[in-house]
Amino acid sequence: MYEFSYHRPASVAEAAELIANAADGKLVAGGQTLLPTMKHRLASPSDVIDLGGIAELSGIVVNGNIVTIGAMTTHAEVAASSEVREAIPALAALADNIGDPAVRNRGTLGGSIANNDPAADYPAAVIALGGTVRTNRREIAGEDFFTGMFETALEEDEIIVAVDFPRPEAASYMKFENPASRYAIVGVFVARTAAKPRAAVTGATACAHRAFRIEESLQAGFGSSALDGFEAPVDKMNSDIHASAEYRAHLVKIMAQRAVAACA
Amino acid sequence: MKIDLTVNGRAVAEEVEPRTLLVEFLREQLRLTGTHVGCDTSQCGACVVMIDGKSVKSCTMLAVMADGCDVTTIEGLASGAELHPMQQAFMDNHGLQCGFCTPGMVMSGLDIVNRHGNEPDDATVRRELSGNICRCTGYQNIVKAIRAGARAMGE
Ligand SMILES: Cc1cc2nc3c(=O)[nH]c(=O)nc-3n(C[C@H](O)[C@H](O)[C@H](O)COP(=O)(O)OP(=O)(O)OC[C@H]3O[C@@H](n4cnc5c(N)ncnc54)[C@H](O)[C@@H]3O)c2cc1C
Ligand code: FES
Ligand code: FES
Repeated sequence: MYEFSYHRPASVAEAAELIANAADGKLVAGGQTLLPTMKHRLASPSDVIDLGGIAELSGIVVNGNIVTIGAMTTHAEVAASSEVREAIPALAALADNIGDPAVRNRGTLGGSIANNDPAADYPAAVIALGGTVRTNRREIAGEDFFTGMFETALEEDEIIVAVDFPRPEAASYMKFENPASRYAIVGVFVARTAAKPRAAVTGATACAHRAFRIEESLQAGFGSSALDGFEAPVDKMNSDIHASAEYRAHLVKIMAQRAVAACA
Repeated sequence: MKIDLTVNGRAVAEEVEPRTLLVEFLREQLRLTGTHVGCDTSQCGACVVMIDGKSVKSCTMLAVMADGCDVTTIEGLASGAELHPMQQAFMDNHGLQCGFCTPGMVMSGLDIVNRHGNEPDDATVRRELSGNICRCTGYQNIVKAIRAGARAMGE
């Protein structure tokens, strides 16, 4: 790992100032992606700004039908939260199935969505639940946030503060996981809301995306048989050593059907 | 940078470079070599230690991030010559062969007891060990040891 200067600000405002003044600054949350990247020398920031000392970035608040989760809230905290388990059990279950216990004790919601790994779990939930990403500058609709492989709508030095998740009537996330890393080979998050069904797919393409065709199929009736005729487009799927494009397309349908069935 | 922390109940004040990993600090600066580095890529769990009571991969944390924290490593478990019940259970149940993964397995075992109590079932232990890799044992006796250790800790 190359040398860098380390900062531990106590507020978002202070963090914003530090990153703005750094030559090539990088925010660090739990470090579960950034530190491995720096060890491989794929990243070599001049300054590392640790968000770990900022109390206002951490915690879970339920206000009416909105569950707000701070960017620095760990996967373990979301998984164990009685508020999240009550309001959106599928979200608590998703967090409980990310990586392993030690990763869940350090990894955060903000770090996961800022990183936007094509196989990450949280992006599917943010999109399917119709979440809103709040930053120190603005609000971004969840479905506009994930723009490409490891790319997001975040501007330079913008800091995620929290994500607002509206409570659905029912929701479920099913992932077919890589047995070594537990990342999603394919994951499908479906939500039944008062307005309409919503769905998002992760792991299958360059990054998590809203699955409009699954939503259309479910509009006719929210049951797994509504997806009998659905086929995911093979030509859009990732293909790698873990799974071929054909296999991923098949998994999208099966995971979607299982997720819908689990909402019943 | 100067950091102040507690390691195995002892107050420690040391100077570290920001890029020093917690595991490097523990092994090379404090000479606590019980915590192992199996992969250095966050996969194997040989480096698991407890930070403020929670399991963490010390190869994926900077020493400066542990400033002010309470760190427990495998060296902090035994009281003198008397092994911690979880360590004793690994011995009694032949829960190790080469022993390389063992410090991380024992620390993760303690984390399982913290969150699941003294009677975790096989499926729970196996699921919870998903971030700890052993190249020798085939896991059967590790699972047995953690269940026995968990029980012994409740007695
Ligand atoms: C062994 C292992 C297994 C894993 N398995 C899974 C899995 O099954 N599913 C899954 O989804 N993930 C998995 N992960 C990733 C894990 O979910 C981490 O949470 C994720 O990598 C982000 O880590 P972090 O929160 O520590 O962020 P960091 O690594 O600290 O940061 C990641 C990136 O986000 C930026 N960032 C962090 N916080 C903010 C913020 N508030 N505002 C703006 N930018 C920010 C950083 O600058 C950096 O670029 C795994 C990781 C490991 C090591
Ligand atoms: S050495 Fe830390 S996880 Fe392998
Ligand atoms: S006993 Fe050898 S790696 Fe586990």
